[in-house]
Amino acid sequence: MTADASRGAAAPPELVQLLTPEGERVEHPDYDIDLKPEEVRSLYRDLVLVRRIDLEAVALQRQGELGIWASLLGQEAAQIGSGRALTDADMAFPTYREHGVAWCRDVDPVKLLGLFRGVNHGGWDPKEHNFHLYTIVIGSQTLHAVGYAMGVQRDDAPSATIAYFGDGATSQGDVNESFIWASVFNAPIVFFCQNNQWAISEPLEKQTRIPLYRRASGFGFPGIRVDGNDVFACLAVTRQALKNAREGQGPTLIEAYTYRMGAHTTTDDPTRYRVASELEAWKLKDPIERVKSYLFKNELADQAFFDSVEAEADQLGADLRRRCLAMPDPGPLDIFDHVYAEPHPLIDEERAQFAAYLEGFEQR
Amino acid sequence: MTILSLSKALNEGMRKAMEDDPKVLIMGEDVGKLGGVFRVTDGLQKDFGEDRVIDTPLAESGIIGTAIGLALRGYRPVCEIQFDGFVFPAADQIITQLAKMPMRSLGAIKLPVVVRIPCGGGIGAVEHHSESPEAYFTHTAGLRVVACSNPADAYTMIQQAIRCDDPVIFFEPKRRYWEKADIDTADTGWWTPLDKGKVVRPGTDATLIAYGPMVKTCLEAAKAAEDDGRSLEVIDLRSLNPLDTPLVMDSVRRTGRAVVVHEAPVNSGFGAELAARITEQCFYHLEAPVLRVGGFSTPYPPSKLEEHYLPDLDRVLDGVDRSFGF
Repeated sequence: MTADASRGAAAPPELVQLLTPEGERVEHPDYDIDLKPEEVRSLYRDLVLVRRIDLEAVALQRQGELGIWASLLGQEAAQIGSGRALTDADMAFPTYREHGVAWCRDVDPVKLLGLFRGVNHGGWDPKEHNFHLYTIVIGSQTLHAVGYAMGVQRDDAPSATIAYFGDGATSQGDVNESFIWASVFNAPIVFFCQNNQWAISEPLEKQTRIPLYRRASGFGFPGIRVDGNDVFACLAVTRQALKNAREGQGPTLIEAYTYRMGAHTTTDDPTRYRVASELEAWKLKDPIERVKSYLFKNELADQAFFDSVEAEADQLGADLRRRCLAMPDPGPLDIFDHVYAEPHPLIDEERAQFAAYLEGFEQR
Repeated sequence: MTILSLSKALNEGMRKAMEDDPKVLIMGEDVGKLGGVFRVTDGLQKDFGEDRVIDTPLAESGIIGTAIGLALRGYRPVCEIQFDGFVFPAADQIITQLAKMPMRSLGAIKLPVVVRIPCGGGIGAVEHHSESPEAYFTHTAGLRVVACSNPADAYTMIQQAIRCDDPVIFFEPKRRYWEKADIDTADTGWWTPLDKGKVVRPGTDATLIAYGPMVKTCLEAAKAAEDDGRSLEVIDLRSLNPLDTPLVMDSVRRTGRAVVVHEAPVNSGFGAELAARITEQCFYHLEAPVLRVGGFSTPYPPSKLEEHYLPDLDRVLDGVDRSFGF
C-alpha cells in the first residue's frame, strides 16, 4: 500500500504548511509569506463568502431550484489561496468545482448557477475574467491550459496559466499528456491538483500508489505537496510556482492535500462508502477556523469584524437566492444559438422549422 | 498557372495561409523536418520556424487539446492526424470539447481549428491506415466536415478552412496525394465557397454523389457509362457538414436517380443521410430508391483484399445498373 494514503487527521510527510489547524503560524524552509493584517482579514472574508455561496447553492438544489451542485465544502483554502495568487493577466482553467477560484476572478456567483440550473452550459465570457468555462469531462481542460500557455509563450507575454483538477483526474490520459506537453515545451503553467481524497466513491488508493505530487518528477518538473486547508501555504506555494512559470522556469505540479467534506455532488451519498470518523478528523483541520483562530489570537480582528463578515455572507446568500430564482429560462429557439460561429444552413433550416412548429400550437 | 500534386497543393495552401496570418500554426507528429509522413507540410518548419510548425509529442488527444488552448489564446492551429485510424484517441477532445465549447460559451469563444486527416484506402497499408471515419464527425454538431478530391480544391479548401471561425475536420484522400493538376495560384476569382459542392460532370440519366477519393472513381465510371449510352451526372459534395442540399436536390430532380458512393461502410454511413434527405425532398421525382455503393459492414480488410472492399468503376456501374433495374 502507499506510504501516506491515510486520509485521517495525521499530516502526511513533506507537507508545506504555514498555518496549523490550531491557527499557529509555523515556518517552512522554502516558503514564507508576509501578510498584512488587512490581507489576512480579506482572505478570511473570501473563505467565509465562498463557503456561503456554496451552502446557498446546496440549499437551492435541495429545494429543486438547481438540478445538481458540486460543493466545494472543505476546499475553500485551496481555491482562495491559489486563486488569490493569480494576477489579472494570468489565466485559470477550472473543473466544475472551482467556485472559490471563480470568486477570485470576479465571476458573478449567479453566473455559476446557470449550468447547474440548466439554463445554459456556462454563462460567462472567459476572456473577460481570464477564467475559462467549467469543464465537466474529467481532465480535458488541462490540455487546453497547456495549449493556452504555449500561446502565452509565443506571445512572449509575462503571464502564467493555472490548470485545476482533482485526484481522480490524475488517472486520465489527458492529464498525463498535458504533463508531457508542458514539460517538453517548458510551458508557463501551474498544475493545481486538489487532492480531496475521493473521486466520487473511489479513494485515493484507486488512483495511485505514490503521493500524487511525486508524479511530477517522472515528467521532469517539480512537484510540491501543500496543506490544502492552509490558505497561507496555498497562496505562498502557488505564488512561487506562478512566478517560476512567468520567468521561464516551466511547469510545477502542486498537490493541495485537502478533503471533500461534502458529497461529490448533491446526487451523491458518501455514507455508502466512507466512515463518519474520517470527516470528523478533517473537521478539526477546517480551512476557515484556523484563520479565525489566527486572527483572534493575534488580535488582528475583533468581534465586530467577524460579525460584519457574517452579515455580508447572509446578504450575499440572500442575493444569490433571489437572483437565481429570477434567472430567465432560455427560449426554445435558443437551442440553435452559437452552435457555429459562421452561418450554417442546416441549423437555420431546423430553427425555422421548429419555430413554425411552435407557432402552430399558438394558433390553435 | 502552376502544376501541383494534391499534397503539394495543400502545402502551398498552408504556406499562403501562414504568410497571410501570423497566428496560423501547424502542429502534429513529424510535421517538422520530415514534412509529415505524406510530406504535406514539407519545408514549412524550415521557413516558419519551430514555434509555428510544431513537432508534437506522440499523442493525438494532446494535439487537439493543446490546439484548443492555442485557439483560446487567439491562434489558428492546423493539426495533422497522421492517419485516419489514429484519430480516435483524439475523439474525446474533438467531440466533447472542440465541437461544443463555442456553444458552451454562448458564442464568446470561437475555435478556428483545422484537423487534417488523410483518409481512405487503396495504398496497400496495414490496419488502421485506410479508414473513412467521416460519419463519426458529421454526426457531431459544432464541427464542419469537408473532403477535397483534387489538387485545385485542396489548394483552395485548406485556405478557406483555416480562415473559417468554426472547427473544420478536413479529410484528404491519401491515395490521390500524388495526382497533379494545373492550378491558378494568382487569382481567387475561381474559388468555390467551402460549404458548396460542385457538379463535376453534367449528365441527364442518373446522379452519382461522391466526395474525397471516390470522386475520381465516379468520373471514370461516368465516362465508361457514356459508352453504354448512359449520361451520368457526378457531384463532388466537398462539404459533408453543412451539406449543399440545393445542389444535390436540383440534380436528382433532373435525373430521377441517385447513387451515393463512398469508401466507408454503407451501414450508418454518410450515404444513409443523403438517401434519407433525397427521399424526403425528391420523393415524386425518383424513378428508383436512392442506392448506396460503399465499403462492406466489416472492418477494413487486409490490403490484399482491399480491391474487393473498395468501390471501383465496376461496383459503381453495378449500382447504376441496379438503379435502372427499378
